[in-house]
Amino acid sequence: MTTASSADHPTRRDFLYVATGAVAAVGAAATVWPLVSQMNPDASTIAAGAPIEVDLTPIAEGQDIKVFWRGKPIYISHRTKKQIEEARKVPVASLPDPQSDESRVKAGHDQWLVVIGICTHLGCIPIAHEGAYDGFFCPCHGSVYDTSGRIRQGPAPSNLPVPPYTFVSDTKIQIG
Amino acid sequence: MSGPSDFQPTNPALKWIERRLPIMGLMHSSFVAYPTPRNLNYWWTFGAILSLMLGVQILTGVILAMHYTPHADMAFKSVELIVRDVNYGWLLRNIHASGASMFFFAVYIHMFRGLYYGSYKEPREVLWILGVIIYLLMMATGFMGYVLPWGQMSFWGATVITNLFSAVPYFGESIVTLLWGGYAVGNPTLNRFFSLHYLLPFVIAGVVVLHVWALHVAGQNNPAGVEAKTEKDTVPFTPYATIKDMFGVSCFLLFYAWFIFYMPNYLGDPENYIPANPAVTPPHIVPEWYYLPFYAILRSIPNKLAGVVAMFGAIVVLAFLPWLDNAKTRSSKYRPLAKQFFWVFVAVCIGLGYLGAQPPEGIYVIVGRILTVLYFAYFLILLPLLSRIEKPRPVPNSIADDVLAKSGGKAAPMVSSVIALMVAAGLLLGGVDSARAAEGGNKPPAQKWSFSGPFGKFDRGAVQRGLKVYKEVCSSCHGLSFVAFRNLAEAGGPGYSVAQAAAFASEYKVKDGPNDQGEMFERPGRPADYFPSPFPNEQAARAANGGAFPPDLSLITKARSYGRGFPLFLIDFFTQYQEQGPDYVAAVLQGYEEKPPAGFNLPEGSFYNRYFPGHSIKMPKPLSDGQVTFDDGSPATVAQYAKDVTTFLMWAAEPHMEARKQLGLQVFVFLILLTVLLYFTKKKVWANAH
Repeated sequence: MTTASSADHPTRRDFLYVATGAVAAVGAAATVWPLVSQMNPDASTIAAGAPIEVDLTPIAEGQDIKVFWRGKPIYISHRTKKQIEEARKVPVASLPDPQSDESRVKAGHDQWLVVIGICTHLGCIPIAHEGAYDGFFCPCHGSVYDTSGRIRQGPAPSNLPVPPYTFVSDTKIQIG
Repeated sequence: MSGPSDFQPTNPALKWIERRLPIMGLMHSSFVAYPTPRNLNYWWTFGAILSLMLGVQILTGVILAMHYTPHADMAFKSVELIVRDVNYGWLLRNIHASGASMFFFAVYIHMFRGLYYGSYKEPREVLWILGVIIYLLMMATGFMGYVLPWGQMSFWGATVITNLFSAVPYFGESIVTLLWGGYAVGNPTLNRFFSLHYLLPFVIAGVVVLHVWALHVAGQNNPAGVEAKTEKDTVPFTPYATIKDMFGVSCFLLFYAWFIFYMPNYLGDPENYIPANPAVTPPHIVPEWYYLPFYAILRSIPNKLAGVVAMFGAIVVLAFLPWLDNAKTRSSKYRPLAKQFFWVFVAVCIGLGYLGAQPPEGIYVIVGRILTVLYFAYFLILLPLLSRIEKPRPVPNSIADDVLAKSGGKAAPMVSSVIALMVAAGLLLGGVDSARAAEGGNKPPAQKWSFSGPFGKFDRGAVQRGLKVYKEVCSSCHGLSFVAFRNLAEAGGPGYSVAQAAAFASEYKVKDGPNDQGEMFERPGRPADYFPSPFPNEQAARAANGGAFPPDLSLITKARSYGRGFPLFLIDFFTQYQEQGPDYVAAVLQGYEEKPPAGFNLPEGSFYNRYFPGHSIKMPKPLSDGQVTFDDGSPATVAQYAKDVTTFLMWAAEPHMEARKQLGLQVFVFLILLTVLLYFTKKKVWANAH
């Protein structure tokens, strides 16, 4: 190659074309952001997802209630001694998603199980006090959870998640 | 769209597809190889601008529909929630709302261009008629879109326009009932308008495809009005027309962004920030500026049916243009008489637009009738006549000859027409403006606001003090229902911390429930709660206030305005003055007089205010010196209170104003850079063509 061609040495013209194209591309990319971001939860939805307080006094032993937080059903179970024992008897290593019952409840409040009542398989709501383990049974595809909300049988891959919560007093919790 | 293409992709996969569906060949022949006359001027870029606008409106419209609620009780609120809570919701709404005006602005230029250069003449009649159909569809779509925010102008615009059909003999009433889906404009009307407003843009897109198809069959017209004959007359669409269109689009975006980021309410009516009220018609029903000429024609004719027929006739007559104008010469450049009358016709249209915004009385009606006659005379008498008597100048032999003939000094007509257009647009807007001026009341003095101008920010101290004034004084009668306590801690507001906002909220009692016993109960406010209104409903508010309804203050600074008059309203566009609302609110708060001037008959239970329209206001003087104590040592005077509470209310009306102006600056820096680069790129590309 003896003569300089534009392919070898970028000319001023090439630079102009590339610069214009690059600036236009940056603009197009920046335009996409608000169009996508608007799909995220809006400010009122986020504000409505603030923590809630739940009074535990009306829940008798062996009973459970369902409350809603951030549009999700939260099961609060007042477990019997027998249910707690069942949950702690089973060897943790034998579980599909190994977790001890102690790590799923708050120390000193072992009778209270608080879990998000959404089956980890495909999002149906499991029925409490059903299934072979006296815990939860999902009617959609037959996942069975125990009295600690841990998956024992069926297609669900993991335990019912525990939402963030704290005991404000012995009879009141704050979820969120 | 111009016949089979010889385009062949080299990639084997693409080749496989191309043999079965020659879509790449179609695109190539339509938008790459397509020969475009080399003498097109910038008026021809409005086709590309219009395509862009259709895309922008469909995209932002589909997104807005994700957040909008088409229900009479919730539509207004849902639009406010979009603007206040959805991420970039304010931006999307401004793009869509100003976009409608930009779309019409561009289509009017596109149509006048077609008119001037004879683009409707043989063989482009079908192309032109398709354009008229698109324009009609645009008008229907724009009208129904304007109804959706369900403000006062939405509601009454819908009422007036649907009532046009009641002029139809015998079936009128039935047709109108059918359109409404009820005995009056109401929720069913809103629902169907939403549905159709979503549908029609896609119909427009379909007709646009036909329009472009017809264009590519006949080929583009051009300023010389002679058909392209040899290859010397044309250049390939890409890169020549593409880059020129992109530069045109970029310039147009600069104009558009000025509205989006700096003057979002310049083209809107403040009345539409008041929720629809079927019991009260606004004093001046004015359609959006792009319908004004036809509105003027409607009002010029003192007979209901004839007025409606004339209004629709003014649009339909366009479709017959190819047969009304028989002149062989296309371009008005070579038609000395047609050229002059074209500009007269433009002036007639603008004059009609101006009159459409004026009150239908006195001289306005007479001039309106004259201009209506001139409008129709242009099409029905003048153009047929001109084609017989006019002696056109010789047209160039070819486009190439035309290009060679004017190698010097061709920019002047473009510049002068742009200036003419600006003045015309200004006149139209001035019409709207002066209609508002006629509403009575003194003009409020223009104040200096911290939030005005392109770099305006809210004075944090003023917003905080204003909140105190609202809480201690205004809130006993006026609600603030679109503002939540959490907003107090958001960026661009009074600058409180989240904890401060929560503490502020907890001072309020908020009704909640039902609880497990099924009862409503009161609890301390939370950040997510909205400011509670002082009265449970409008009836209770009226009963407690001598029959008057203290308006909710969430949007008051945007819902009030006053006419600025000529030439201020024009200057306002460039100085970004848009504080008519705050000026008015601050003035009313300070405009009380103990004794009305001699001869003024003040009704019982009313008070005299210099700035309130009609001067008789039901609200007693709300502020007096020393009423509220500020912690920061600001003077406890009515003037200070008025200024602070107005600043607070401006923030309440537009909590994202600072974000809007900040993003606007970034967008302008970007667009100017892009436009400059595109200009030089365009020059480089076209250097090859000469």
